[in-house]
Amino acid sequence: MSTPTLAVWKFASCDGCQLTLLDCEDELLTIAGQVQIATFLEASSDIVAGPYDVSLVEGSITTAADERRIREIREQSKVLVTIGACATAGGVQALRNFADIDEFASVVYAKPEYIDTLATSTPASAHVKVDFQLQGCPIDRGQLLDTLTALLVGRKPRLPAKTVCTECKLRGVTCVVVAEGIPCLGPVTHAGCGALCPSYHRGCYGCFGPAATPNSAALTPVLRRDGMSEDDVDRVFSTFNVFRFAAERNDR
Amino acid sequence: MNPEIRTLFVGALTRVEGEGALHVTLTDGAVERVELNIYEPPRFFEAFLRGRAYTEPPDITSRVCGICPVAYQISASNAIEDACGATIPPELMALRRLLYCGEWIHSHALHIFLLHTPDFLGYPDAISLANDRPDLIERGLAIKKTGNRLMEQIGGRAIHPINLRLGGFYSVPHAHDLAPLAEMLRRSLDDALDTLRSVAEFDFPDAEFDHEFLSLADSGRYPIENGTINRSGGPSFGVAEFSDHVVEAQVQHSTALHATLDGQRYLTGPLARYSLNSAALSPIAREAAEASGLGPVCRNPFRSILVRAVEVVYAIEESLRIITEYERPAKPFVDVPARAGIGHGVSEAPRGLLYHRYEIGGDGLVRAATIVPPTAQNQAAIEHEMAELVAANLTLDDVSLTSLCEKSIRNHDPCISCSAHFLTLTIDRK
Repeated sequence: MSTPTLAVWKFASCDGCQLTLLDCEDELLTIAGQVQIATFLEASSDIVAGPYDVSLVEGSITTAADERRIREIREQSKVLVTIGACATAGGVQALRNFADIDEFASVVYAKPEYIDTLATSTPASAHVKVDFQLQGCPIDRGQLLDTLTALLVGRKPRLPAKTVCTECKLRGVTCVVVAEGIPCLGPVTHAGCGALCPSYHRGCYGCFGPAATPNSAALTPVLRRDGMSEDDVDRVFSTFNVFRFAAERNDR
Repeated sequence: MNPEIRTLFVGALTRVEGEGALHVTLTDGAVERVELNIYEPPRFFEAFLRGRAYTEPPDITSRVCGICPVAYQISASNAIEDACGATIPPELMALRRLLYCGEWIHSHALHIFLLHTPDFLGYPDAISLANDRPDLIERGLAIKKTGNRLMEQIGGRAIHPINLRLGGFYSVPHAHDLAPLAEMLRRSLDDALDTLRSVAEFDFPDAEFDHEFLSLADSGRYPIENGTINRSGGPSFGVAEFSDHVVEAQVQHSTALHATLDGQRYLTGPLARYSLNSAALSPIAREAAEASGLGPVCRNPFRSILVRAVEVVYAIEESLRIITEYERPAKPFVDVPARAGIGHGVSEAPRGLLYHRYEIGGDGLVRAATIVPPTAQNQAAIEHEMAELVAANLTLDDVSLTSLCEKSIRNHDPCISCSAHFLTLTIDRK
């Protein structure tokens, strides 16, 4: 069997999710021995043409050129995996989807007429078929390694559709809501981080995006009870996964 | 006779963070145009920060950059704490400095080993280099891992840490939590000193540039998490005067806002920081710098790899010092009540000075936000260096000359993801 090829692609993003691959310090050279890293601009000057066995896609689609590029990448890739909140949900830059893009451009740029951008920031899945998606802002290193391993040995990646709340209970962390009345999005947020924020005495702020069936109607009164205003609630759902939380919220 | 035109073009720069291209035009052997093009799409942070709660910018702006999120979190916190008139106790600032050291160690190790070293040894990437020099790359990855573990311990995770907040932290570690970290740091100090000895043997082109340097200064300490603004060509100035001196202008021929310091190109980042603060290094770092051949000032950007290695030595030593002196603060944070006002914040990101400014309303919402990242400030200097290098090496063929331009850009570890969110992206394709 020939060595599988891996390509890493970037769209509008912060580079953090592809950096997660380089952050696998103990495993990086082992991975590089198992796959041919065919395209990974951040890491290598060698660029190998497609097709590719696996493409990891970071970032959201915000320009017409990128709309075309994601389709070309799909055609060249047997398996396409989106990595992170930008690629799976449009990222924090999807706040533009609820605003006037021309006004946004005029705030940041002296000559906004030079700006070539779409009015929306959308996930890859709005444009092409996505085989697997890793949620999170940023993704979890363990999930990335498990997904690459799964694809190498030909099993399905383990991406359980639990909530942060479930992970928190499994980990035995004292519930910050029950014990201290700290507002927490754990009950509606997708698992993957290992309940990181509650373990640091902070309420979850939803950076992994909505869980499979987020019941925000049940959670919102608790958030309000614990001191958040209606605007605070809207803001906490309007960050790195704003586009997906907006579609899933059932409390409005 | 038609003029002889040579064009050098790289459509996608590699081993840099973010998406950029370079474009050089030579007419009759004279450099006509040198551009570092940014085609990374903008994300409009300064626009959507308006209307956010004053507590949110540290978490939101960390998403500008996955490689230096702590820099964004701390410059944002410094600015908002300034606006609200809050003073952070020294023991909590020390913990922020410790977290920031983790980011310096990880980010510099990433650049030294995975992005920059392949240029000096003639490899396309660190992975192919690791086949021939596993000792070098494994040592680099071990140092990088120490930086990441430090960020995980203090910040919760290495990319977009979750533990920093206005006024301090959500939780602070017990002294005994830091003991295993100190052990890793001690091993990495030896690795970092070995690294400096290894990179000192690289072959460095002779190239010195006369940019003015801009860096923070921190009352005798090497500047990291705060400070006042120092420069090589004039008197230092306060953080609130930043925009009186540094002006960003949109340049039509380029894709970027070019920042100037009192109207001139300038450089921020490791070379500037080192040259203005080398006397403030710890004894071990200073001796190691001297042994590697660095003087008190370094103007050769190819030798920035040495400066980064010295800064890794310093950041590791500084981390060990903070851990040794650490006593768990009684409270993880001080309250920072909202108040109407304007605040300025700076810190030394691995790539240079990062400035934030916020205007907060009486309702606790952000009225206006300005962010000036290091790569935007260095854009003019990077293009100037490329132009000089091309002019001095016209006898090289196009492939070699293009490669020289790419290396010249990589010397500055540009973070295009950072800069692009504040830059235009039109590309002159004529």
